[in-house]
Amino acid sequence: MTALGHLPTPANTVAPERDEGHRRGPAGYLLMIPGTVWLALFFVLPTVTLAASSLYDPSGSLLNGYQMTWHWQNYTEALREYAPIFLRSFLYAFAATVVCLLLGFPLAYAIAFKAGRWKNLMLVAVIAPFFTSFLVRTLSWKFLLSDNGFIVQTLSSLPAVPDDLRLLATPFAVITGLAYNFLPFMVLPLYASLEKMDPRLLEAAGDLYASPVNGFLRVTLPLAMPGVVAGTLLTFIPAAGDFINDELLGNPRTRMIGNTIQQLFLQAGDVATASALSVTMMVVIVLMVLVYVRKAGTEDLV
Amino acid sequence: MTTAPIRETHGGDMTGRGGEKPEPGGGQQAGDLELRNVTKRFGSFVAVDDLDLTVPHGSFFALLGASGCGKTTTLRMVAGLERPTQGQVLLGGSDISGLKPYKRPVNTVFQSYALFPHLTVFENVAFGLRRTKGSDISRKVGEMLELVQLQEYGQRRPAQLSGGQQQRVALARALINRPQVLLLDEPLGALDLKLRRAMQIELKRIQTEVRITFVHVTHDQEEAMTMADTIAVMNAGVVEQMGHPAELYEHPRTTFVANFLGQSNLLEGQARSAGAEIEVDVQGATLRAVPERSSVGSGPVRLGVRPEKVSLVDSSAPVDGQLNRLGGGVVTDVSFVGVSTQYLVRMPWGQELMVFEQNTGQRPSYAGGSSVDLCWRPEHAFLLDAGQDAKAGAGLDAV
Ligand SMILES: Nc1ncnc2c1ncn2[C@@H]1O[C@H](COP(=O)(O)OP(=O)(O)OP(=O)(O)O)[C@@H](O)[C@H]1O
Ligand SMILES: [Mg+2]
Repeated sequence: MTALGHLPTPANTVAPERDEGHRRGPAGYLLMIPGTVWLALFFVLPTVTLAASSLYDPSGSLLNGYQMTWHWQNYTEALREYAPIFLRSFLYAFAATVVCLLLGFPLAYAIAFKAGRWKNLMLVAVIAPFFTSFLVRTLSWKFLLSDNGFIVQTLSSLPAVPDDLRLLATPFAVITGLAYNFLPFMVLPLYASLEKMDPRLLEAAGDLYASPVNGFLRVTLPLAMPGVVAGTLLTFIPAAGDFINDELLGNPRTRMIGNTIQQLFLQAGDVATASALSVTMMVVIVLMVLVYVRKAGTEDLV
Repeated sequence: MTTAPIRETHGGDMTGRGGEKPEPGGGQQAGDLELRNVTKRFGSFVAVDDLDLTVPHGSFFALLGASGCGKTTTLRMVAGLERPTQGQVLLGGSDISGLKPYKRPVNTVFQSYALFPHLTVFENVAFGLRRTKGSDISRKVGEMLELVQLQEYGQRRPAQLSGGQQQRVALARALINRPQVLLLDEPLGALDLKLRRAMQIELKRIQTEVRITFVHVTHDQEEAMTMADTIAVMNAGVVEQMGHPAELYEHPRTTFVANFLGQSNLLEGQARSAGAEIEVDVQGATLRAVPERSSVGSGPVRLGVRPEKVSLVDSSAPVDGQLNRLGGGVVTDVSFVGVSTQYLVRMPWGQELMVFEQNTGQRPSYAGGSSVDLCWRPEHAFLLDAGQDAKAGAGLDAV
């Protein structure tokens, strides 16, 4: 990802050229210690633990304790049972990402190019939801979409809409909630990459016979691509693993993988299956991201 | 559907697809570019003030003027990137003021280049052709890159080029479309002298070969003088004077033009008619001028004379009745510039006048402190209205 590509690596921040190979080693390694310790404690350790517990004996429980039996069948069984839920999670996350992109791009574009002196206010408005908790915001969607809420009432009073319209506890509600909650993660990277673009490039495109649509497709979109990639990843990954939106806005038939893992871990005590699902989720997402970033071809964007 | 200028140079290869191709006014070939009473205001600031211009089809038109005088704004209105607050832009007789930029058969070399950073040099140059669905793109781009001496750089990104190379890409990108009107906003400013001269020759060649109308903004007077058929000198949003380069140089009508285009010595005086000539009293001396080069015939005037028209003589030298003569000067500065020597001469009333003398070797040059008189032929002087700032336009141009 380009965002990471710009981070200075320790190698080129330390070690000026003149004392090459002299004091470079110790200083560089010393500076790496805090980061390494942090990663080891909070990334490597949990990952290893998770991977290990996915191979526990599935008959273990909180009472009897868990045993490491290298029981790899946890994976096949988990997949056999929960494959549809996996699929559903990715589908919902994908839908939410598309909604975010469709809503977020015009918004980011407007903030970057058209907002004038309202720019900062609009940016604050995008971030403002973070000032309240994720849970509270999702709960308020529950009220908004409830059967007695004004949205459902207004819609069902329309002639073309069936009177028993329900929005809450449907896939629609879950996707709406996901899209709402992750919209800022889409808008901010998009804004950052659009902001960098020189609007005079669009003038030049127009001058060279590109219609506004053409100018958008040939100039704006390619230049916004790093933002699109970053934004879709930042939306898709957490959305695929989310469990709050489905918990509050969905129903048992809209269960996502996050809910399943949470339920297996905390209620059923089936640590082995839950871990196997988590590891599978992680691997699938990493693979998808790799393919996506390759395909989007953002490595060679400026 | 296809455009005249593009068909003209690209053969009949246009497919005529898509509704977004530039359409020249009524398909006329002889499309004069005309600005009628064009005014552009930014808020209360007037950037271009009631501009009237006609640029004949196929001519090379140079727009000269100090920084911030409205040159770029004028070009942007022709390109359609800025809407005139008032007035019309016409091309070949039809009003294009309301036409979107991408529908105008006009291309621009932007002062800021505005190259597409995500495209290679090749794709930058090919951009316009791809939009108009031109054929034979890679050959044309190759030729164009060769023209601007960048044939090896086709696969680079603009960020990997030097400033001058970027400028040449900008030039190639506009030129390749062979539009009816090409707007060049200081297109050679970042090039070294040698490359600039070569590009000037190429531009002039292309312009005469394909009969494109060029509107060329430059700070380089020499460039404007050698290349342009017509020069317009702009000052604070208005065209002060427009005409053939020699005409502008020899017959400046305002102090701004006199100072901006080359340099001038301007002397305050009182004019009165004296037979076929005009006599001007300047600090007690009587100088003569001819009516053909005078915009005023009597009353307070400024008498102007170009430094190269003035020659220096010893104070004791005999008087030649044919010449205007101003006495009592003292040489205060001598700079030798090879082909000529430039003197500053302080007059008794404190004014310093410039004199450029060719180094013909016929007599030794004067040293600082020498007492000299200044002479010039009456027909070399021009008279301007005294009600203007004598320093207007002086020292504005770095070239
Ligand atoms: N968008 C704008 N808003 C407000 N003022 C502007 C705008 N564009 C240009 N101006 C003003 O209009 C005047 C003319 O600008 P313009 O760019 O045409 O100058 P120019 O003759 O091209 O100068 P230069 O030789 O430095 O390029 C300037 O004083 C400038 O500050
Ligand atoms: Mg300019």
